[in-house]
Amino acid sequence: MKYAAPSSVEEATSLLSSSPSAQVFAGATDIVPQIHGGRQAPEVLVDLKKIDELVSLTSDDKKWTVGAATPTVELTENQAFSQEFPGISEAAGLIGSDQIQSRSSLGGNLCNGSPAADSVPAMMVNGTRALIAGPKGNRLVDVSEVVTGPGQTCLDSDEFVVEFEIDRAPSLTGDAYLRMIPRTEMDIAVVGAGARVTLAEDGTIAAAALALGAVAPTVVRVTAAEEALIGTTADEDTLAVVAAAASAVCNPIDDKRGTIAYREQVAGVLAKRAVLIAMERAQQRNGDV
Amino acid sequence: MAITEENPGYKWVGTRPIRPDGLDKVTGKAQFGADLTLPGMLFGKVVRSPHAHARILSIDTSAAESMLGVKAVITGSDFPDLVANGAHPMAIDVSHNAIARDKVLYEGHVVAAVAATTRELAEAAAKAVEVSYEVLPHVLTVDEAMADNAPLLHEGMITKGVDPAPDQPSNIASRIVHERGDLEQGFGEAEVVVEREFTTKPVHQGYIEPHAAVADANSDGRANIWCSSQGHFQMRADTASVLGVSQGTLKVTAAEIGGGFGGKTVIYLEPIAVRLSQRAGRPVKLVMDRDEVFRATGPTSGTRIKVKMGVSNDGKLTAAEVWMAFEAGAYAGSPVGAAGMTVIAAYDIPHFLVEGYDVVCNKPRVAAYRAPGAPMAAFAVESVLDELARSIGMDPIDLRLANAAVEGTQASYGPKFPRIGFVETLEAIKEHPNYTAELGPNQGRGVAAGFWFNAGMNSSATVHINENGTATVVTGSPDIGGSRQSMALMAAEELGIPYESIKPVVADTETVGFTDVTGGSRVTLATGAAVVDACRIVIEDLRARAAKTWDVEVDQVEWVDGQAQHVDGSQPPLSLDALAAKSGRTGGPISANASLNARGVGAAFSTQVCDVEVDPETGVTRVVRYLTAQDAGRAISPDYVEGQMQGGVVQGIGWGLNEEYVHDQNGNMENPSFLDYRMPVASDLPMIECCIVEVPNPAHPYGVRGVGEVGIVPPMAALGNAIKDATGVRLTDLPMTPIKVLEALNEQSD
Ligand SMILES: Cc1cc2nc3c(=O)[nH]c(=O)nc-3n(C[C@H](O)[C@H](O)[C@H](O)COP(=O)(O)OP(=O)(O)OC[C@H]3O[C@@H](n4cnc5c(N)ncnc54)[C@H](O)[C@@H]3O)c2cc1C
Repeated sequence: MKYAAPSSVEEATSLLSSSPSAQVFAGATDIVPQIHGGRQAPEVLVDLKKIDELVSLTSDDKKWTVGAATPTVELTENQAFSQEFPGISEAAGLIGSDQIQSRSSLGGNLCNGSPAADSVPAMMVNGTRALIAGPKGNRLVDVSEVVTGPGQTCLDSDEFVVEFEIDRAPSLTGDAYLRMIPRTEMDIAVVGAGARVTLAEDGTIAAAALALGAVAPTVVRVTAAEEALIGTTADEDTLAVVAAAASAVCNPIDDKRGTIAYREQVAGVLAKRAVLIAMERAQQRNGDV
Repeated sequence: MAITEENPGYKWVGTRPIRPDGLDKVTGKAQFGADLTLPGMLFGKVVRSPHAHARILSIDTSAAESMLGVKAVITGSDFPDLVANGAHPMAIDVSHNAIARDKVLYEGHVVAAVAATTRELAEAAAKAVEVSYEVLPHVLTVDEAMADNAPLLHEGMITKGVDPAPDQPSNIASRIVHERGDLEQGFGEAEVVVEREFTTKPVHQGYIEPHAAVADANSDGRANIWCSSQGHFQMRADTASVLGVSQGTLKVTAAEIGGGFGGKTVIYLEPIAVRLSQRAGRPVKLVMDRDEVFRATGPTSGTRIKVKMGVSNDGKLTAAEVWMAFEAGAYAGSPVGAAGMTVIAAYDIPHFLVEGYDVVCNKPRVAAYRAPGAPMAAFAVESVLDELARSIGMDPIDLRLANAAVEGTQASYGPKFPRIGFVETLEAIKEHPNYTAELGPNQGRGVAAGFWFNAGMNSSATVHINENGTATVVTGSPDIGGSRQSMALMAAEELGIPYESIKPVVADTETVGFTDVTGGSRVTLATGAAVVDACRIVIEDLRARAAKTWDVEVDQVEWVDGQAQHVDGSQPPLSLDALAAKSGRTGGPISANASLNARGVGAAFSTQVCDVEVDPETGVTRVVRYLTAQDAGRAISPDYVEGQMQGGVVQGIGWGLNEEYVHDQNGNMENPSFLDYRMPVASDLPMIECCIVEVPNPAHPYGVRGVGEVGIVPPMAALGNAIKDATGVRLTDLPMTPIKVLEALNEQSD
């Protein structure tokens, strides 16, 4: 096994194109356990952390840009970011432990392709886009389209994610992420729920997004719930519809971490709770963008 | 808070100094099982069965043997046939568990092993060993194993303890019974009878340090073994038996141990490492992965337990009927015997019948785990007691007080209790503010109690007085729970010198007298008594030397505060330093040995109260408050006593809420890692508050009872009772995961 540490996107791209079994990594918190467990055996490991733009967190009037290999601890420690996207920030803050978070990245969390990846529902409800680089140039892909199945992405073997773009959140917008694990940390989501709402001036919901993790082969959007929320104040009846819609989109498996029935029921519960937290945050974020 | 009967005015016993092994451990200097490296050392790797139950048709080692750098490959045929030798059945089981012969009985069962110059090569060679199997149908639980026409693990297993003996073999190794009085009469006298059935899953001891052993065989047949275990004399005996050699040919050195909890009282790697070393002519190191630890070592039994108990309106227990079946894993020897003895031992019940079955199944052979057998039994009985208290509207502590065993009570398993402190632990909980603290929404409170015998057994100690008046205290008890500190504290108290002047060490099998395993909460009691005896012999010697120096009779000399004093003060005192410095002129070096079989074991009791909060929509249970009261007899080292009390509770919380083995249809374990075998993490737990109760054990010089085990007995029932209090649902199936809690809540609201 060889280790390579390119310092530019171009260098990384040509490394990937030249050796078919090369694989990128950022924090290596997924890939190293996979190599140890015999589930991966790449010939060349390409370290993305030496490329400047992959380890950065910046914003302008229009958007935030998060380097794909930026340690997720940045997302919890950057005050401006975590005030604007508390949901992404709290999802990032749930990944493993302090030690893990000082290595782990959004790019790795997404491209590892786990349906339980904590940051993905939170990124998705915020309309996050991934900038993908490859020998044929760059392309911008919605995060919801990157993962195509457990452990599978739409990336070619010589492509990788350079950065994520997240549009600045308008005022009266709030997001939230909740996950259910049997313990309090160091566990994998049995159900995860990310929500975002934007309120109209009258306090009703003008836009809503809801995504669930760990309940289907990939993270799923709950469009029926999103539609039901529009124009409401997320009253009890609407939340019951949200919960039912969330349970309905689940297509989970019975496994050592949870049963189908449990995941379906709790998906509804977390969906409801995430929407309520997002609502509360939206009410508090009034005009201070 | 310590409840002290009398203030004995000790100077060292009962204090909280810095632990003697602390610095080495925090600086990384301590040598654990996997840390030793010898010149020329090879790395071994074990080949394990992928099947839960299969016949070994052939093993082809030729490909592995021909690999460059592979120095030895062994299989079961490299070990003596103990069946043909007419060995004791238990010795045969130990041997066959260490390495399979004609059949593999669980996934992870050892079938072969290799030694090579690098770890990677050893792994490749292990993969190159070709084993062909005839897969057999398997049984994983007591229900499957006891079913009619169940596939048999051992074709010749005839149930023991049944009269007349069955004429057909089965998976039931033995039956135990304890009975007294007349059940029908007892239940007739009851106002309320509650009957419930419980199941528990196998759980692993979960020690952080995986098993590891290094062996270095000499060409004359002798061999040295370094390993992390709870008893290197036991390792020596079992390894010698598997290898078919005399114990005297093996020397075992105890490494520092990173947790055992009972699971390191058995051999796994040691005989394999010795045989590989003999074949290769070089030292060999074997270290397990966590995956191997889960698949092939420990755990304790999964069980099914039925309990029926009756109570009168005034809270007197009238009768108890208990039926239990315990998984033994692949070979006979579950802790159902101890479960049967402990299940109702805390209570004075006139009429009872306790019946237990030891059942083999296709899982790893169970090993001891903290109060083996008692926790599952207590989960069942203490849950039923909670139901009884509810049904007659009595406080759960009062119900237990009304029936608690006291000095003189005839224990359900036979003997009369000497002085015990059960009532004191119940009262300590009842009087504590936690017992009446206000509960929040969705919170509930549960109480449970537990009993454990503790053990005595054999121990040895040597005390050397060094030339400068400091002392070395040598024992054969591997220190898994702070025993070195306790030995040093007792020696300091006896000799009257500072704790810091005493160096407690754990010596190898050739340097100290025979000592049984560190288990049964016995070390502070038994090895401690040996240390005290040795110190007292030393003091006799010191007094005699002072008498000689002063030319007076020995009875004119007292040993006070680390010095010899003349009873009438007519001589200037002689300190230990001074006597040590002159020892060459007064009879030579000062040192003494003591060996004993400890009598007067003091039984341990624990009462615990916990508060939980249950999320009614997700079924997640969080422990919000936890208090444990335990009779330590005397807390020699209160820090370590509290550590043991807390450790037991924490393991019990894991057992109660989340820990379980998950197997697929083929009998393969699906969760052999700490990610999915969910032991509690620190953030899952509140501070476990401790209340050390001290009702001294009259048979020990410092009143010690064992403290290591009983703490794990009550938690599962305390949690179940608290969940019932919070939600109204009674869970009878461990672990009480969010999934099961939510299912029960759904059923309740239907
Ligand atoms: C102890 C522990 C606890 C954990 N807890 C959690 C948890 O609570 N929640 C959770 O979601 N995860 C958890 N994880 C998993 C892991 O930490 C996260 O998924 C993390 O975000 C992965 O990031 P990484 O940078 O370390 O990924 P890496 O291991 O570096 O990469 C993961 C995969 O993504 C690919 N990849 C990485 N970067 C890119 C890129 N820029 N473009 C294309 N492909 C890329 C790699 O090739 C690899 O296949 C845990 C892991 C451990 C070891």
